[in-house]
Amino acid sequence: MYDVIVIGAGVTGCAVARELSRYNASVCVLEKAEDVCEGTSKANSAIIHAGFDAAEGSLMAKLNVRGNEMMDELCEDLDIPFKRNGSMVVCIHKEALGGLNDLYDRGIKNGVKGLKILSREEALEMEPNLSDNVEGALFAPTGGIICPFKLTIAMAENANENGVEFRFNTTVEDIKKGENGTWKIRTNNGEYESRYIVNAAGVYADKLHNMVSADNVHIIERRGEYCLLDKEAGNHVSHTIFPQPTSLGKGVLVTPTVHGNLLVGPTAVDIEDKEGTNTTAAGLADLQAKANDHVKNLPLKKVITSFSGLRAHLEKHDFVIEEVKDAPHFIDCLGIESPGLSACPAVGEMVGNMLKDMMKLQEKDNWISKRKDILDPSRLSIEERNELIKKNPAYGNIICRCESVSEGEILDAIHRPLGARSLDGVKRRTRAGMGRCQMGFCSPRTMEILHRELGLSYEEITKSGGRSNIVMERTKNQKGGNQ
Amino acid sequence: MEKRELTCIGCPMGCQITVEMEDGEVLSVKGYTCAIGDKYARNEVTHPERTVTSTAVITGGDKPRVSVKTASNIPKDKIADCMKEIDAACVKAPVHIGDVVVKNVAGTGVDVVATREVAAV
Amino acid sequence: MTSYDIVIIGGGPAGLAAAISARKAGVDKILILERDRELGGILNQCIHNGFGLHTFKEELTGPEYAQRFIDQVLAEKIEYRLHTMVMDISSDRVVTAMSREDGMYQIKAGAVILAMGCRERPRGALNIPGYRPAGIFSAGTAQRLVNMEGYMPGREVVILGSGDIGLIMARRMTLEGAKVKVVAELMPYSGGLKRNIVQCLDDFGIPLKLSHTVVDIEGKDHLTAVTIAEVDDKMKPIPGTEERYTCDTLLLSCGLIPENELSRNAGVEMNPVTSGPVVNESLETNIPGVFACGNVLHVHDLVDYVSEEATRAGANAARFVKDGAVQNGKVIELTATDGARYTVPSTINVDRMDDLLTVRFRVGAVFKNSFVSVYFDDERVMHNQKRIMAPGEMEQVILQKSKLKEADPKASLASWALRFAFLKPSIKTKRFFEIKE
Repeated sequence: MYDVIVIGAGVTGCAVARELSRYNASVCVLEKAEDVCEGTSKANSAIIHAGFDAAEGSLMAKLNVRGNEMMDELCEDLDIPFKRNGSMVVCIHKEALGGLNDLYDRGIKNGVKGLKILSREEALEMEPNLSDNVEGALFAPTGGIICPFKLTIAMAENANENGVEFRFNTTVEDIKKGENGTWKIRTNNGEYESRYIVNAAGVYADKLHNMVSADNVHIIERRGEYCLLDKEAGNHVSHTIFPQPTSLGKGVLVTPTVHGNLLVGPTAVDIEDKEGTNTTAAGLADLQAKANDHVKNLPLKKVITSFSGLRAHLEKHDFVIEEVKDAPHFIDCLGIESPGLSACPAVGEMVGNMLKDMMKLQEKDNWISKRKDILDPSRLSIEERNELIKKNPAYGNIICRCESVSEGEILDAIHRPLGARSLDGVKRRTRAGMGRCQMGFCSPRTMEILHRELGLSYEEITKSGGRSNIVMERTKNQKGGNQ
Repeated sequence: MEKRELTCIGCPMGCQITVEMEDGEVLSVKGYTCAIGDKYARNEVTHPERTVTSTAVITGGDKPRVSVKTASNIPKDKIADCMKEIDAACVKAPVHIGDVVVKNVAGTGVDVVATREVAAV
Repeated sequence: MTSYDIVIIGGGPAGLAAAISARKAGVDKILILERDRELGGILNQCIHNGFGLHTFKEELTGPEYAQRFIDQVLAEKIEYRLHTMVMDISSDRVVTAMSREDGMYQIKAGAVILAMGCRERPRGALNIPGYRPAGIFSAGTAQRLVNMEGYMPGREVVILGSGDIGLIMARRMTLEGAKVKVVAELMPYSGGLKRNIVQCLDDFGIPLKLSHTVVDIEGKDHLTAVTIAEVDDKMKPIPGTEERYTCDTLLLSCGLIPENELSRNAGVEMNPVTSGPVVNESLETNIPGVFACGNVLHVHDLVDYVSEEATRAGANAARFVKDGAVQNGKVIELTATDGARYTVPSTINVDRMDDLLTVRFRVGAVFKNSFVSVYFDDERVMHNQKRIMAPGEMEQVILQKSKLKEADPKASLASWALRFAFLKPSIKTKRFFEIKE
């Protein structure tokens, strides 16, 4: 029996979990995947939006701007990289210049600070690789870039350190109200019971909502495909470059990532498939066609991977964060699509405050607000690095040559709270395998470490949990060998 | 009369060679550009041979497998039998290049030998 | 800071041959830095045979070929360090390396030989649509898992790309009991050797589909099926030609990329065609005393050529260490055009070249009954007939120093061309220019 069960360990669920970990309450997060950050949170633009885009007066606008404001302190506390590189909305049609002013006005009303309309010349001076057709731009200095994996993982780790439990590989199958007024949650991993539920299930949030409410909601999966370019292309632009928005969203952006790659995307296509995270020939072709509209000479040959993510889109296009009317003690977080990553600290704060009031929660006096990230030895001087290697020689052993990740970092990723158990888990925590060879060289070596540290046989090691096993069996019909 | 179509492996040209045979005797070879093709085709239709390379299980070594090969070519139709014996083999480290792993594999008179050094641990 | 006469980055076939050659040329302090747990590089996982026909006049497997060089390195008592990652090379030849045992340290190198090899083009770079499940491997990664670690990735296999590693792996997986259903190749010709097509595919009845590519990948967790389709002459899939193959493994053999991150950081000028350094006749890059050889310079198909090239690089580095930089002499610039895609080297200093100099190049398409011709100015100085040339097979011409000396023109402009009759592609050596100290 828990006070609160949060369903979904994406960026929303983990932000809520971290907020709730401030209080004297028993909290558990249920996640159907084998790790945090396995859904929409892992496949998006990795942007912290300034907040000029969402409609005035919407919850989306309010939480985006608030989330953006909270981000510096949060990232400082969680020891993760965040860079306010600034965003530019670029206008390439003279007749559309008025649209920039509309965005500017909306931004001012939403409370976005530092907005500025740039002339063609000013825009080109700040960003020389903009299209020759640029007519003007809206500049938002508070726009930023972040690593969504690190943000989600860090919030989860911090929540876990403060007592929040996490249950992975746990899919919610049914939710019922028990006779004593508590929630009975049936999963593939047994039954859970709680006084309150926070529904942070992303594209599955409608399914959960509809288990407890007669007032059905419908989430539309809006697919977005992306291409990630090699770090050699990472300096092509320094700001996040948006086209002018349309009804389908903010359009195909071009942005550096906080790790120094270049990201192009997303497309926007509504599909009715909660697992439809495949890329498509049409989508990738669309990206290639649109990528050069606002930025010139984009080196699309330097693509190292492409991926696709699903936005949890509601018809009304706003966040819905509220107690379900006909299901008391069930808090929805619905329609958390873009700018959900930007808004997540504010979403966590809002849900935390709601539950604090509803449940009369008391703050812990020993809440730990800070968390240390996996040490990045590349930031150390040679002397410091040698000290480190002397203490722990694993830091002298490079496993991923493309991203220069040492065994020491991988060991840390495996053994810290909510540690990595798969190749993707290691990858998202350390960047091992995220470089230009895309795990070609390091996967056998990372498997060796997972085998040794977790006692998994090679056949049990997965890419990302479930049935994503890397190898099937030993050669020679599994006879003999050294194991 | 039997007709066999072959691709010559002598060079990137990859000549498509047609061999006409009767009772195991080559009657004609057509389609080659140089003498290499003629010779290759005649060998290939009368007694095709291959070197088989694979790995074998090794115990007590610093590696779980040792790479092996047939010390010379064996008849092509013996490849499957050869693999069966290699798969069943289990050697003890240390092993040196040239050490016999399977003697007289599949009755071919050819040994399977180790192709790398594996130290004992 | 410790110092060595020559530091060699990489202990694969190129690094080993370069080290031995430099030692034979009389260099005392040589150090090989190798990131893996043993010397030999990628040869250790290439357990098939066919190596060494040129070098040793016999057919060896990869590990055997490597061992011959390793034995020489040991006999010559050349120093090497394993498990050692080179983190940086500076333009003044300070090498920063790191290992568990020694931590991070710097070495001043009299000369540096780049021999880091290459990597495989990953799925992401191929823009193949579909899911991203487990079960997709570059062919070389699968080769390491099967041959060295002793694990099977799966039982039902589709291979994209008919490069030699893909073909070799088709046979390997088959011999280990897997069913290889098809090999799809985007180009209208295979990038692999004819011998491999016959002995790795035909022998086992594995179909090779030219002008085909993968258009969809299915499976959320693990690969369940791929769909391949025929492509038109612009490499675009043709609707209606799709064929679906259920499988648990997709191997990719779609090209190799020289691994030049260290070279780029050091300021080495790169050739966009080869993705390797631009080098002169001594296999020296634009940074004096930094040499390159093997697959880091340009991707080879025969290791014998790697060894030969690396032997030259080692000897030239030794000469650099002893004699210092040669800053003068007449330099010829070679330019490959049309059918020839590039040349290695890119420039020739006539005074420094050996009596015979091998210029290697690749063609951009299949050429039948053509000529490889070398032009100097408008004068054709060589004209060799070739029955066939294909992009998958490296070609060469051997230039004679005496001929170049004779041809020394009074004019400042002299042009060379390497041409294939009928199509008139050419390699031109653009001009002489003088370098003086």
